[in-house]
Amino acid sequence: MHPIIKLVVQRIALGLLLLLAVSVVIFLGVEMLPGDTAQAILGQSATAESLANLRESLGLNQNAPTRYFKWLGHALQGDLGKALTNQQDIAHAIGQRLGNTLFLAVCAGVIAVPLAIALGLIAARYNGRWPDKVISGVTLATISLPEFVAAYFVIYLLTQVIPILQPVSMVFPGMGFFEKLHAVALPVIVLVMVVLAHMMRMTRAAILNVMQSAYIETAELKGLSPMQVIWRHALPNAVAPIISVVVINLAYLVVGVVVVEVVFSYNALGQYLVDHVAKRDLPVVQAVGIIFAAVYIGLNILADLIGIIANPRLRHPK
Amino acid sequence: MSSELNHLLSLASAGKMSRREFVGRAGALGVSTAVAGTMLSTAVFADTPVKGGLLRAGMQGGESTNTLDPALAASDVPFMINSTWGETLVDVELNGTLGLRVAEEVSSNADATQWMFKIRKGVEYHNGATLTAEDVVATLKRHTDDKAQSGAQGIVKGITDMKAEGDMVTLTLAAGNADLPFLMADYHLIIQPGGGVDNPAAGIGSGAYKVVEHEPGVRTAFEKHANYWDSSRGHADQVEILTINDNTARTAAIQAGQIHLMNRIDPKIVELLKGNSDVAIERAAGPGHYVFIMRCNAAPFDNNDLRMALKMSVNRQEMVDKILGGMGSRGNDFPINAAYPLFDDSIPQRELDAAAAADFYKKSGHDGSPILLQVAPGAFPGAVEAAQLFQASANAAGIPLQVKLEPDDGYWSNVWNVAPFCASYWGGRPVQDQMYSTAYLSTAEWNDTAFKDAHFDEVMIAARGELDPAKRKGMYSEMANILRDNGGLICPMFNDWVEGRRNEVGGWIANPAGTLMNGKALSMCWLNA
Repeated sequence: MHPIIKLVVQRIALGLLLLLAVSVVIFLGVEMLPGDTAQAILGQSATAESLANLRESLGLNQNAPTRYFKWLGHALQGDLGKALTNQQDIAHAIGQRLGNTLFLAVCAGVIAVPLAIALGLIAARYNGRWPDKVISGVTLATISLPEFVAAYFVIYLLTQVIPILQPVSMVFPGMGFFEKLHAVALPVIVLVMVVLAHMMRMTRAAILNVMQSAYIETAELKGLSPMQVIWRHALPNAVAPIISVVVINLAYLVVGVVVVEVVFSYNALGQYLVDHVAKRDLPVVQAVGIIFAAVYIGLNILADLIGIIANPRLRHPK
Repeated sequence: MSSELNHLLSLASAGKMSRREFVGRAGALGVSTAVAGTMLSTAVFADTPVKGGLLRAGMQGGESTNTLDPALAASDVPFMINSTWGETLVDVELNGTLGLRVAEEVSSNADATQWMFKIRKGVEYHNGATLTAEDVVATLKRHTDDKAQSGAQGIVKGITDMKAEGDMVTLTLAAGNADLPFLMADYHLIIQPGGGVDNPAAGIGSGAYKVVEHEPGVRTAFEKHANYWDSSRGHADQVEILTINDNTARTAAIQAGQIHLMNRIDPKIVELLKGNSDVAIERAAGPGHYVFIMRCNAAPFDNNDLRMALKMSVNRQEMVDKILGGMGSRGNDFPINAAYPLFDDSIPQRELDAAAAADFYKKSGHDGSPILLQVAPGAFPGAVEAAQLFQASANAAGIPLQVKLEPDDGYWSNVWNVAPFCASYWGGRPVQDQMYSTAYLSTAEWNDTAFKDAHFDEVMIAARGELDPAKRKGMYSEMANILRDNGGLICPMFNDWVEGRRNEVGGWIANPAGTLMNGKALSMCWLNA
């Protein structure tokens, strides 16, 4: 077997094992929270009688291992079950919300990744001069702002002062593609602001690192322009660390944006997860947790593989 | 109608005179309160409704865990959604009188133990079926069933027999209850086809709008129910309810015109919003109140002198000003205010009295160890700040009150109704009896102050069967006084509904019984072009 294929298979198997472990951890975590689903659903209106009824109808009377393995058995067959709180089909609800999460992440990623890399290249090219300082200063400022402050700032600027966008970003079936783009414009702006600096600085650092090498000097001596040197000779050799940072940021755009979702009332997975954690709705928390974990693990495997493929020394291990 | 009355009416309907002032001055001209109230609502309605358009409300208080089952509705968004697609037998109108909806006539026998509801003819559900008396009985029966986990179970429990004959529904009670029709206005008791037994969360009812799309915690879209029976409601072609839990986003959305109506404006920004010419601030003094509850059976709160000491050391006006931004009124340590019928406004207002508080504290013989008040930010908006104000004024009176911060998560199961002293809130009920029965009767499940007083219970039961309003008012006044001077409830303030309406929305009538015109804003308002 080709070593790369072997590696891929190995990583995927490890990833699956990790997912299983994650599901156990999530289950235990929710179990340890005080109060149970029945308490959380009924809240202030709970009576001893209604609690007992609800516990029984939700199947909460069984012990924890039984419930876990029951869930696992169904999940392995693709049945994520129904939400304990409102009996909605979890797979259906998650499907819609996952679509929205990915839509937002892709929109932000499509803008942020090329922009960050381009800015990183420019910063590296003009290392220590004013373009470098401006780019670093601005991106550091945007990453330092807490997300909700940045969000409120753009809401104020672009819906009140210059009213061209809408503060509530909800998307729903039946909206056209461009209508959706218009709806998510504000959260996309905020997310781009948040992820830009990390990727930009890693690009700049990686390029500058490579620029110390002897072959760069050779390239310069044979008369290539600075941008050509960076583009043709420095970037290909700096790609591994850049990719791994890009991937971490993409993963963040999928799993870590709940604050932005809440501020813009964007109906994606983060808000859905938080609502169900508050109600101790275990099947939903499990399902969403697994999806988030899978995205993280999957993207990290991808980053590793790209890093290996991009590096001949790793590609042909001795 | 006298010309003076006409003049008053035009002032009042233009909003230049308050409802209370109008009713008072009309009373001086010999018009009864009820008639004056009706006159005023008719005058306001004279503004001609505009048909069509899409009317949108943005609201706080919804989660993706919500359902359309009316039995399980507990927060603002499900309440509003259900009130838009469904209807109850009766509802509470703005002046605290009974409005007829699915029932077109209500009557009782002499001792109020048997109530008859005549069901309106030709009321059609969204699925085309006709609403029948059997559906009404099936609905009420479902809410008595333990399995339904209905929030209205306590209300229907007192009904011993339900019968449907032709278009009449007859309810028989174990003991007389003059307030029974008001209980049928409870928002859980929406009439559903077949009682909603087969599919309680179908969202099919007889309301002005039918549900076309429903994504819990996000958005519910409705369109006009073509065969709706009441032509005075249902003006817009489509309505929508968006869940926007974030205060800033909701406020920005109404300013930008993305929504037309919003609930719960943060009192802190009311002054700022007043500068916006597109948005009107709508206030209604409702029965909702913020409370600190002491469990009367737990030390040291089992000592009435200590309870009184704490009650005397609250600076109520300061809380109304700082916590509610002036959008509310002072409480008097019983859960009733002028929003209720038969309220006795002659009971003296309790004020901050540090000297009296210190005396009571000394008399209680308390050992001086810290008295813990447990509070979480979610107990009510501004709960932590209110508790800190309380701590400051109590400490000034020499009472060692200490605030203990709890997490929001799990507060209602681990602290409320468990801890001896904590912060909480009540939304209020349509009538006094229901409020008292829910939380102050010795045997009530939600007796969160563990208040047990045999005489209080006796008066409450007797008041239910008392059909003479003057006598009932006297009985409620006695109960209020007992609770005020002996109970475990510290009620520093009643919070107004503070809501936003864009100026193009017509037909708004403040209704203190609930949020956004008691859930009917989308059904009763319209969009002026």
